[in-house]
Amino acid sequence: MKNLLILGAGTAGTMMLNKLYKELDKEEWKVTIVDQYKTHYYQPGFLFIPFGVYKKEDVTKPKYDFFPAGAEVIFSPIDKIVGEENKVYLEGGKVLNYDFLIIATGTQTRPSETTGLKDKLWYKDIFDFYTIDGALALHKRFKDFKGGNLVMCIAELPYKCPVAPIEFVCLAEAYFTKRGIRDKVNITYVTLMSGAFTKPVASKMLGELLEEKNIKVVPDFYLEHVDNENKKIVSYDEREIPFDILTIVPVNMGSDMIERSGLGDDMNYVKTNKYTLQSDQFENIFVIGDAANLPTSKAGSVAHFAGEILMENILAAMEGRELPAKFDGHANCYIETGYGKGALIDFNYITEPLPGTFPLPGIGPFGLLKNTKMNHYGKILFRWIYWHILVKGKELPIEADMTMAGKQRV
Amino acid sequence: MAVKTIANAQVQVTDDGYLEDMNQWNEDIAKEIAKELGIELTDKHFEVINYLREKTKAGEGLTIRKVGKSGVVDIKELYKLFPKGPLKFSSKIAGIPKPTSCI
Ligand SMILES: Cc1cc2nc3c(=O)[nH]c(=O)nc-3n(C[C@H](O)[C@H](O)[C@H](O)COP(=O)(O)OP(=O)(O)OC[C@H]3O[C@@H](n4cnc5c(N)ncnc54)[C@H](O)[C@@H]3O)c2cc1C
Repeated sequence: MKNLLILGAGTAGTMMLNKLYKELDKEEWKVTIVDQYKTHYYQPGFLFIPFGVYKKEDVTKPKYDFFPAGAEVIFSPIDKIVGEENKVYLEGGKVLNYDFLIIATGTQTRPSETTGLKDKLWYKDIFDFYTIDGALALHKRFKDFKGGNLVMCIAELPYKCPVAPIEFVCLAEAYFTKRGIRDKVNITYVTLMSGAFTKPVASKMLGELLEEKNIKVVPDFYLEHVDNENKKIVSYDEREIPFDILTIVPVNMGSDMIERSGLGDDMNYVKTNKYTLQSDQFENIFVIGDAANLPTSKAGSVAHFAGEILMENILAAMEGRELPAKFDGHANCYIETGYGKGALIDFNYITEPLPGTFPLPGIGPFGLLKNTKMNHYGKILFRWIYWHILVKGKELPIEADMTMAGKQRV
Repeated sequence: MAVKTIANAQVQVTDDGYLEDMNQWNEDIAKEIAKELGIELTDKHFEVINYLREKTKAGEGLTIRKVGKSGVVDIKELYKLFPKGPLKFSSKIAGIPKPTSCI
């Protein structure tokens, strides 16, 4: 028997397990997946928890619900990968051998990387909504918030779901308007980028959207520390912004396991061939999802598109064929903008997000870089698609390669 | 793309003034670009610039965080050396491509 080992049973790992389990000959292959936790969170749903739209149970399911019967499942922290020996060491000393390995250990928030962040005010006036605990604590805090400065700050690049902080301030704007205290809440969006978003066309559109909603954008602000006494964030060039509630995207980093394995860059992202999804160091190691150092968004949609490419390539590698498929960096993100509306961006390594429409057979078209109700339904539909199609590794009616159909060149 | 004369040398630059080819760079060009940005270059500036050029030659991406961990300067110093554009201005002066943040 040969061993296929998958590390990480989040969005990408679970999806690949389901896809490959169907394809592989069970007489020949044993398929094993390892994760440290038993709960699968629908992370895009965290965004809605502070506003009471989703509750904990809406975003939580046992990981077991998504594993095909017959796959071997191990719950344990992973200590390290030794690529030269084709071995994975689990915490506690257990050793797993593999013929092929898929790394899907994602990215995690690291509040302790920023001085003063995880301090006295953590989960009192300072919150991240990138974890279930942070999102729930913020929901509680918002309930008795009477007004003041709400500051949304991005600590470092890259971070997963690059549009989430923009969505967050838009939803906050709508939420406080609905509660009748919008005039008492100043919302500030603080970013280390030079505008609301990186790519020029989307940055302009999203910048205008925030301006329309009277949300102040502070660009080029690189967070140095949080002053808990005076409730201020301070940048490296010594600018200060006062807050009553600070919501933060902490520094994101890949698992320390990657660092211990010597496979990562300085943020613990696995050095990966951006076209083939193969590790730069070992031919029998492939990487998918947020764990890879690909120059595209860290998002579930990217993992989905990459999944089809990875499937073709790993099957070829198992048969000793040349890798046939090339990933183009395709990302497709709904942006929730409040008041039941949403925008959609679609891009890849080369093409930046452009305005136009996105042709989704049977359901679309969705307006690209436009604020429409249809896009909002796309986001809501996404939760259903996530649980029932994406994680289960089923086909979606969207091509892996980005299409220029419907896009307007600008 | 356009051709520009900087410090008596003809160089190719992008729309926002970054050198197209890092091999067309020399120290005089660096000084003149720095002057346009209101920066007077010291030895410390050149230490940073040389580090940026080395890493770029080796095909490595650069972030402020990475420069801050390089042992050449810390992030605070980097901001003092290149006010308002710790990575953008230093890259421009170093003759390397404009930094891209990939998200
Ligand atoms: C607030 C928020 C909003 C988002 N919105 C969207 C959206 O609208 N659209 C979109 O496409 N994406 C969105 N995303 C991003 C999306 O959730 C992630 O990109 C996606 O889940 C990545 O999948 P992954 O499998 O790479 O990582 P994960 O799903 O995070 O899984 C990684 C797994 O690896 C395990 N693991 C890590 N290290 C170890 C170890 N050492 N030992 C054992 N196990 C380990 C973890 O326990 C985890 O289960 C959002 C994310 C957040 C936080």
